[in-house]
This record gives sequence, structure tokens and C-alpha cells, in this order.
Amino acid sequence: MSQKNRLASGGRVDRAKALNFSYNGRQYPGFEGDTVASALLANGVDIVGRSFKYSRPRGIIAAGAEEPNAVLQVGSTEATQVPNVRATQQSLFNGLVCSATNGWPNADLDLMGYVGKVGGRMMPPGFYYKTFMYPQSLWETYEKFIRKAAGLGRSSTERDPDMYDKVNHHCDLMIVGAGPAGLAAALVAARSGARVILADEQSEFGGSLLDTRETLNGRPAAEWVATVVAELKQHPEVLLLPRSTVNGYHDHNFLTIHERCTDHLGDQAPAGQVRQRMHRVRANQVVLATGAHERPLVFGNNDVPGCMQAAAVSTYINRYAVVPGKELVLMTTNDHAYQAALDWHDAGRKVVAIVDTRQNPKGDRIDAARSRGLKIIAGSGVIEVQGSKRVTGVSIAPLNAAGDALAGSVERLSCDTVASSGGWSPVIHLSCHTGSRPEWRDDVIGFVPGKTVQKQHCAGGINGTYGLKAVLEEGARAGAAACEAAGFGDAAKGISLPLAEKVREGKAMALFHIPHTKPTSRAPKQFVDYQNDVTAAGIELATREGFESIEHVKRYTAMGFGTDQGKLGNINGMAVAAKSLNQTIPQTGTTIFRPNYTPVTFGAVAGRDCGALFDVNRFSAMHKWHVANGALFEDVGQWKRPWYFPQGGETMQQALDRECKATRESVGILDASTLGKIDIQGKDAREFLARVYTNAWAKLPVGKCRYGLMCGEDGMVFDDGVTSCLADNHFLMTTTTGGAARVLEWLELYHQTEWPELEVYFSSVTDHWATMTISGPNARKLLSELTDLDLDRDTFKFMDWRQGDVAGVPARVFRISFTGELSYEINVQANYGLHVWEKLFEHGAKYNLTPYGTETMHVLRAEKGFIIAGQDTDGSVTPIDLGMSWCVSNTKPFSYIGKRGMAREDCVRTDRKHLVGLKTRDPKVVIPEGAQAVNDPKQPIPMTMLGHVTSSYYSANLGHSVAMGFVRNGHNRMGETVFYPLADGRVIEAEICNPVFLDPKGERQNV
Amino acid sequence: MSDIIAPTKQAAVEAASVETVALMDQLAGTDIRAESPLYHADLATVAKQGPKAGGVTLQEHKLLGHLVIRGSQDNAGFLAGARAVLGFDLPTQPLTAAEDGTLSVRWIAPDEWLVILPGREAFELENRLREAMSGHVAIVNVSGGQTVLELSGPNARAVLKKSTPYDVHDRNFPVGKVVTTVFAKSQAVIRRTGEQNWELVIRRSFADYLWLWLQDASAEFGLVIKD
Amino acid sequence: MFYIYCPHCGEHREEEEFHAKGQAHLARPLDPDNCTDHEWGEYLYMRKNPRGLHHEIWIHATGCRKFFNMTRDTVSYEIKEVYKIGERPSVVAAS
Ligand SMILES: [Zn+2]
Repeated sequence: MSQKNRLASGGRVDRAKALNFSYNGRQYPGFEGDTVASALLANGVDIVGRSFKYSRPRGIIAAGAEEPNAVLQVGSTEATQVPNVRATQQSLFNGLVCSATNGWPNADLDLMGYVGKVGGRMMPPGFYYKTFMYPQSLWETYEKFIRKAAGLGRSSTERDPDMYDKVNHHCDLMIVGAGPAGLAAALVAARSGARVILADEQSEFGGSLLDTRETLNGRPAAEWVATVVAELKQHPEVLLLPRSTVNGYHDHNFLTIHERCTDHLGDQAPAGQVRQRMHRVRANQVVLATGAHERPLVFGNNDVPGCMQAAAVSTYINRYAVVPGKELVLMTTNDHAYQAALDWHDAGRKVVAIVDTRQNPKGDRIDAARSRGLKIIAGSGVIEVQGSKRVTGVSIAPLNAAGDALAGSVERLSCDTVASSGGWSPVIHLSCHTGSRPEWRDDVIGFVPGKTVQKQHCAGGINGTYGLKAVLEEGARAGAAACEAAGFGDAAKGISLPLAEKVREGKAMALFHIPHTKPTSRAPKQFVDYQNDVTAAGIELATREGFESIEHVKRYTAMGFGTDQGKLGNINGMAVAAKSLNQTIPQTGTTIFRPNYTPVTFGAVAGRDCGALFDVNRFSAMHKWHVANGALFEDVGQWKRPWYFPQGGETMQQALDRECKATRESVGILDASTLGKIDIQGKDAREFLARVYTNAWAKLPVGKCRYGLMCGEDGMVFDDGVTSCLADNHFLMTTTTGGAARVLEWLELYHQTEWPELEVYFSSVTDHWATMTISGPNARKLLSELTDLDLDRDTFKFMDWRQGDVAGVPARVFRISFTGELSYEINVQANYGLHVWEKLFEHGAKYNLTPYGTETMHVLRAEKGFIIAGQDTDGSVTPIDLGMSWCVSNTKPFSYIGKRGMAREDCVRTDRKHLVGLKTRDPKVVIPEGAQAVNDPKQPIPMTMLGHVTSSYYSANLGHSVAMGFVRNGHNRMGETVFYPLADGRVIEAEICNPVFLDPKGERQNV
Repeated sequence: MSDIIAPTKQAAVEAASVETVALMDQLAGTDIRAESPLYHADLATVAKQGPKAGGVTLQEHKLLGHLVIRGSQDNAGFLAGARAVLGFDLPTQPLTAAEDGTLSVRWIAPDEWLVILPGREAFELENRLREAMSGHVAIVNVSGGQTVLELSGPNARAVLKKSTPYDVHDRNFPVGKVVTTVFAKSQAVIRRTGEQNWELVIRRSFADYLWLWLQDASAEFGLVIKD
Repeated sequence: MFYIYCPHCGEHREEEEFHAKGQAHLARPLDPDNCTDHEWGEYLYMRKNPRGLHHEIWIHATGCRKFFNMTRDTVSYEIKEVYKIGERPSVVAAS
């Protein structure tokens, strides 16, 4: 196959390395060094997509990140699909498969024509907002239609086979952009010995130097680039990142860089290699050398394939040896764009005319055009393009001096390519990311970075500096200034810059929107934002409808939305709005860009934090045993806790019934290692406990344990647990599993900020102790086989703790109970946890020692009416609400945390929602947790809700369901009936009762 | 929270009597099987059967004694007691460490240090420290809750750069420095012990996660397990 | 992503290592029991939400576990100063 637009020589492609790729199902050839865009243009592919709203055919406009149309779906297999790839940024590789994203079903076919026209009418500016005013149910219909038509690309439905990665960096200088300014800055910085990262989104460093025909030191500029890059590679503290887009600039000089490590090699990374990497950079100083994007002009039908940026035309010719057409009309407001015509002509193709909007252009490039005999039509503009799938000609007309009205009759020229240039827009995106508002400069005819609090330096095109000599000097200066600010001042003394050519340039004209013979609203569509199909007429409509702020105009029209982020259109859009509002661009507002600069794949965002590494799983020392014994696990915070241990074909309920009965009838065992444990030492430990718990601690003797409730200053319970007095100045506090870290931080907060005079230290020992609780009437018998401890009921009483050996391991044994049964909580250093656990099972077989998980634990404690902080509390309940006034001491001398809160007017009301037991009339029915109590189930909706069920289970031991829940004024309504109307129409009737369903006198745990 | 209140310094009281804290030798006899947090990863077998060369080497220094020591730098009796027992000063300079033979001390916070030593010596050291130190001090045995990993080799730093946002460059992280920081989605006390050697003190319950993480992060360099 | 100087560790660390704990310099009333509901409510709930300088309390959670104060500009996110608990800020808003 031929590459009809490829030149026989020149460019930076390697003609010896032929590549094949597929676009929309057809095979095309290309060369190494091509982008997909340059290869498509080489093959004369005009149409790369259809537009969002109007379904108009679209072609490649740009050569870089600012390309709005050639946004492709890439991937040869389902698993390797990547949406939203800019053809201008994707290096070509052999076998690459891509297709147009916006075409449905095929960009070349006009199937969408009709729909598109309907869509166009259905989607005037403000479509989204107007649509939202309709019944919301309609939106779902619209959305499906719009998404399909807009073709926003699709992600793979299969697992991504590639590896992605994240790496953290710190550096003295982060230099963004490796064009002339960035390279000069990097050279200065590298020689200073500073730690430097230089990133550029392109495959090669050099930026504009790769396609310029200007020389440095009289040699092709690319030679200087090669020398500089070679030197940079020699510096050990310099990290060079090509193919790496700095996509975000965040607070305190934190930047994220999306590196496409192997995307240029194939669909999938070579074995063992990372495909894409996210670099997270903390930079002392940042140098932005991001250059500028050429701004196309706004004129009639300026979206017909064949309409391009002038600079892109030069880039395709000089860098890729591709001339994207035969006959060129160039429209420009400035000298620089003449280069496109010169390059076109020198490539042997016809320049039909250079249409210059200025009345009297003067400069070196204009002279060069004249000397080549090119036709220059001054003081005119292209007002309209002919053609639908490709440009066939243009209408041009004379302009007045201001460029805001036509000043003569229309003339037609035939051509197949229209290059336009309205000047340059500095790439200020990154400087905006941290909230800096750009500033308009009339001399630049564009926005430049505004004031910032970042340690940021800008050089080159981003400042509106475009002459090569000046750009190099600015780059070197910015590099030196950044080095000095980073503490490398002395080493950053001047480097010798290469000699650049002097080019005389005339003044550019500030013109954005070319007038038409018809008013804008009736002229052919004049596109401002190609990707979002925003036209000059649409913006005028927005201003007519009263949207005067540019931010509102953008939202109303969708200008600058999507993956494009207004790279080409924002300034033109502001200019159109300004003109329509009869004010200047700076009066109209400014433009702010947000991260990300270009789209970032989910893979790069996720990095290695996926699959088994998606989140932390914390395990106890006995975890492997639980796995081996068939436990199902429940996530409690980051912990994996055994949920229940089904045997054979047991259902969950059957397993729970068995585990509950075994525990109440003989003995069960729970891995309680995950409970938070805090070691507290110091002579004021006791006083501290008294201040953070609601109950009294002054007299707790050594060897005893006590349950405590912890409240916030508002008097609301937030955690609970048992704390044991190990010695006079030494306590061990337990917390809920999920609350461990929070409680420790809470204690530290009060100690460090409120009561630093109290002598106490807190240390987490959660991981240090393995904790296993044996519970049930045979617990003592079992333990006695393994310990030298005296377990006599009168010497080792309920709420006592003792130190002794268990299974040969020194242990602290706590006689505390969360089940209401005779229980011993055995704590050993975690390294022995599994040994002791297994010994208990060796001896426990004859007692039918039964492992149980969190679910059985919940049932057993609910039978006893014990609360679980976080399940039966929600930050809005006091100890009194919970019926736990026994756990509140108001005689303590210090006004402990929560005391004053509980005394607030609202908290002392006697008809607050109270936690009560709930006995269903039908003993077999279990009220769903979360169900709301009402007094009258026949009351029309909305009913008066009294409170919700917090814990509800079927108790095999009791043969009926047990539940706890909140009921307004519940403590004063014992024996009364409430109703639980459910979503399915059922109504469950329940009696308010004491929540202690089993053994109210506590005899079982005191045996 | 009120932070306007000036911390009131109280004079160090006389040496605390032994009964004020519950001392406990938590080690069982050597005949009892002790399992380090990575016991189930069976690193010994991985070391035997796995690759012998690679860019990253990982070794668990298991079942060591870990003691957290708390005390104020204003408490002369605390510092002197530590010096008397350890034979050197507690490293009071932030982010520094000190070591002597098999015993090493890491600065964790202005009033907190982590001592690591052979497991069987921990209880004796705790006793000697308590005897020698006076005033408000705390010693907490956390040996069961932590383990020590050593990451070494030419690519060890590259693995660290994937794992921690902390700056591990020579200019910021010289040999001997110690920092507590984020490590993957967990945390670690990282000490640089040599040009290519880094010590990670990690928590038991996170050990499996971090073992997975380190295998994954080292994969591209080749991971060698040392027993 | 802030880069925060911990006054206890003596160097800058990534924001991931810290937790913000809200407004600083809220003195717990010395005699809560004799506060009116209004006074207690002020202490408990009323917080500043300034545009500009804000004094905040932070903890170096994944680090030395010490609390400290920070003066931060809520518009620019600049950290003007960090200072230890018990110390007073030297950068304050012009009143
Ligand atoms: Zn710190």
C-alpha cells in the first residue's frame, strides 16, 4: 500500500523500519517514528471521527496533545482496550489496532447524519441543563442516546493483563517540557548538581526544535538537542522521562506524571515490564516550559477535514515527512504561520494563497514567501470552507482593519487544505491547577500564568515568548533561578547557549473570529470547540440568554469539557463571548484549567493497588488455622475476622445455631486478637482513665478488670471495652476492633493538648498479644488441663485477671465475658498464639470445643443484651439512652469527658430514644436490622418513626428471636407493643422488654 | 482542645517501686514453637528453592526482642539510667539511631525509642532499665507485635521508592537514619543500615500484606529470599 | 497534597503521614459542669471557617504520633507556620 502523502526524504521517521497498523478495520503502512496521526495522514485518511452533537466528519487538526478530534480507541484484544487515545500522541508500532471513537458505527458512513441532525436540534447549547428541567426519568433515555452517539470510548470488559506502577520522587527541580526552554533549564540545573527531573509528553525530547527549520550554531536544531540530551544522560542526579505527561500540578509543588513506558512497543508490555507508571513528584522548585498551542481561527465550516493548525502542517512535513494535502490555503494573523506555506511549497506541493488578515504584513517570513512567488492576499480572511468529507475550496473576503466586518466581495479559491493560525495560546494548564488565575496580556494576545504561591518558574512559550533566542535565554535563566532557590546557586553560573537565527517578525493581529456575510447565528457553523461541538453562534446564544460570566458560558455550552479541556477552544470562545458582550477578553473573565491535562488510564491511577493489594488485609496469629478449618471471613476494619465456621453443607443459620448451642452447652472459642489493646503506664494512669471513661476507676484493685464506656464531649458513646489493672501504675485497655487507632489517638489528643501534666504513656499492643476466649460451662475444665493457675471460682473470680502459664506459655488470663457464660480470655505473646490455640483444641475435643466467629459472638451477646459500640450506637446515644446508667459515675471529682455533654437540656429529657429489648409476637420472626418502630402501622405514610432496630438475631438457645433497638421513650414503655412495617408489606409486632433475654441474674458467668 | 495550657513540668519522683508495673517474662521455653509474623510464608523454603541472584534481597530477622521505651528528655534519671544500662546515650537527635553489637535503638519520637535485641535478652534488659531509670518512664514489650525485615541489594532503593513517599535519596537518607513513615498502605520504621541495606520494622497483622507487596514491587528486579 | 514540616521530627513529610484534627486553641472549659448550655455549645460545636489564616491542630500520625499546630491559608493552602502544642502562633490574621 502506498503512503501517498509521504515525502521521499526528510523527517525523523525511519523508512527502513516499515510498520503496519489497522484503523477502522483496514490495514495501513507506516514507519517507525510515526504517530498514529502522522501515519493516517501519510495514507490520506481524512476522517478520524464524527462530532459529538452534529455528527459531522472530522479530521486531524493538530499534531500534539491539543488534538480534539483524533481521539481513538486502541487495542487489538478485548483485554487491551484503551479509550481516549490521541492519535497525535500514540507512537506507531507494528500491529497497532485502532478505531475512531466518535463514529457510530463507522466514521466514514453517514448513518449518523440523520440522527445527528436530530441530535443537533435536540441538543442546543444548554442541553444538559434544559434537559434536567424535564422529568428526571427522561434523562436516562437521553443519556443512553448521547453516550452512544458521542462515543466517549469504552473500557475493556476483561481484566487488564498489564502491570502498572507508582513511584515516589523528590527532586530539587522538576522541569516540565523538553523543548528549547526546558532543555536550557535542564542543562543549567544538571551542571549545578541539583536533583533534576525532566519530563516531556513526546517520545523524543526537543519539542519545537524537532520540526523547526531554524538553526542553532548554524546546524540543524535537532543536533543541539542530541548533544544536550547526551550530556543530561551523563549526570547521575538527572532523571529523564520522555513519553511522560505531567498531568497534574498540586499543592506544595507536588506533581503527578503519567509515563507511558511501553505503549510505543505494543498492545501489551513485554513480559515483566511495567506498561505505565505514575510518578508522584515532590519538587523543591518547578520550571514550567510547556510551550504554546497554536490557536486556530473561527470561521464557517472550519471543521471540515482538511482544516488544520498551521503549525501542525509544518510539524507533519518537517518531522514526519508527511504533507497532508495537495493544495493549501493558509489563513494567518501573524508571521510565524507563513512557515507552513513555506514548508508546503518546499515539499513540492501547491500553495494556493496565503490569506493574511493584516492589511500590510511585513517580516522575514513574508519576504521568504514573496521570494518563492507565493500569492499573499493581505487584509482578507477565509470566511467559509466548502466540502463535507474534505475541503474542496474556500470563500475569502476582504476585512476591515479591525477584522470585525467584511470590506469587499467574496471570492472563491479551490484547495484541499486550509491551515489557519490565530497566534499562540501559552500552555498555562499546569500553573492553573493549584488555583492560580491566569492573566491576559495584550502583547502576547493570550493568557500567561498569573500569581502563584508555588515555587514555580516559567520559561518560553508559556510566557508568550516565542523567538528561539529569547526562549533559550529564558530557559537558562529560569533554570538558574530555580537552582539558586533550591540551594544550588553557585554551581548554576551561566552556560553558553547556542547561537539562534535572528528572525524579524511583524506585529500579530488580535483576531479570533472571522466575520461572515451572514450574521453568526445564520452563517455556516463556526466551530470554537471541536470536541464538544460548540460554535460561535452557540456562545452568542448563551450570552443572549443572559450568561455573562465566562464560567457560566462554558458550563452552558459545554465548551472546554471532556478530554479536550479547552486546549484549542477556550480563548476563541472567550473572544466570541467578549465580542458579543461588547467588552474585552480580560473583562469577560479568565480561564482556569483543572487536572488532568490529558486523560490518564485507570491502570496508572490504580498502580499496584489492585487485586490482593487493593486494600490491606490484617490477620491474627491464628488466621491460617481459621482458613484450614473452613471459616468464612468478615471484614472488620482492615481485619479479616472469622465470621462463622460452617461444617459440611450447613447453611449460615445452621452453623450459627450449632456454634451458639455448643458454647452455651459446653465450650466455644473465639479469636479476639483483633480487639484494640493499649498498654497504659504512669502514676496518673488511673486518673486519666477516670477522665476518659464515664465510670469510676479510682478504686479498681490490682488484679481486677472493669468495663468502661467512652464518650465524646457531647456525651455520646463512641467506644467501649474492658480495662484491667495490671499494677498500680499499669493498665491494659481494650477497645473495639474498629476503634483501636481512633481511641489511641483520642487518648493522645487529650494527653498532649489538655492534660500534659498527667504522667502517663500509651502504647498500642494490639498486635503483640494473641487473644483467645474460651466460653461456656466447660471453659474451666478445659483451661485447667493446660494451666498451673488456680481457677477456683472463689480465688479467680469473675472480672479478675491472673498471670500464669497456659500450654507452657506465659499468659495473662482475664475472666471476663461477652457471652454471659463462664469465660476466660487468654492472652499470650502473639508468636505463641497458634501454639496455644492448637493445644486448646487438642484438649478441647472431649468437650466439643467449637470455634465460633463474629456472627455467633453477636448472637450470644445479644441474648445477654450486651451492646456493640458502632452497631448499637451511632454517635447520637448517651450511656443513659443505652440503659447503662450503672456505667456512669457522677461523683467523680473531675468533670470527665462526656459528663457535661450528657447534662445538656436535650440529653436529660426522659423521652429520648432508648435502647430496649424487643420480643416479637411470633417467636420465629426476626425483625430486619434497620427496621423502624411505629405505634400505629395503619397511620398513612409518612408514619411517625420511633427508632430503629440495631441488633436482631434468631436465638437457637432460647428458641425465639432476640432484638435490640431504639424506641422513643422506650425505657418507660416496658411491656408495650410497637410495630415494624416493612417494605414488603409485612408488619412485625414486638413487645418492648428488657434487653437481657438470658440469665438476667448473671449466674452463668459466675459459676 | 486547649493547647494554650503550658505543660507543667513536675519534678522527677524517686525511683518507682517494682510493684507499680506488671513485669512479665512473656517467653516460653525453647521447646515451645514460636511463630514469627511471616512464619506461614515459609521463607526458609522459598530461600532454598527460589532464585539465588536478583536485584533485591529480603530477609526476616525474626523473633527478636522489641521494647518501646518512653521517657522525657528532661528527666535526667531516665537518660542516665538508659546510658548506664545500654552503655551509650539514647539517640535524642530526631531520626537517629544507635547500636552496639546485637542491640540497636531507634528514635521514634521525642519521648519514645524502640530497642531491638535478641529475643531472649529482652526481659532482662527491661528489668535492668526499670531498675536503673527513675521518674516517669514506661517500657512496653512489643516483641510479638512486630518483626524486622531487611531489604538489600542494588534495587532495594527502587522498591522503597514504590513503597514509601519518603525521600530515600542519599542526600536525605544517609546510613544510620531512621524514620517512621507510610509504607504501601501500611507503615514501617525504616532504618538505613548500609549503602544498600534497609531495615523495616513492621507490624504483625500487616506482615502478610507487606510480604505480598514486597514480592510484587520487587518482581521486575528479581527477588532473592535469604533465610 | 501538602508537604508538612513536623516540628518534632524536624523535617518535611508528605500529607499522607498526618491527620488534621480541626481548629486549634479551643480551650476545654476548666469547669464544664458550671458552663451554661450555651457556653458548652460554643466550645463543643462552634468553629471558625475563615477565608485566609486558620490555626489548626494536626497529628503526625504515621510518624512520631505528636500533635502540633499549623497556621494555614485556607485560600492558597500555604502553610505559614507550624508550632508546638502550648506555643502561640506568630502569624495571625490582622483583626
Ligand atoms: Zn513527627
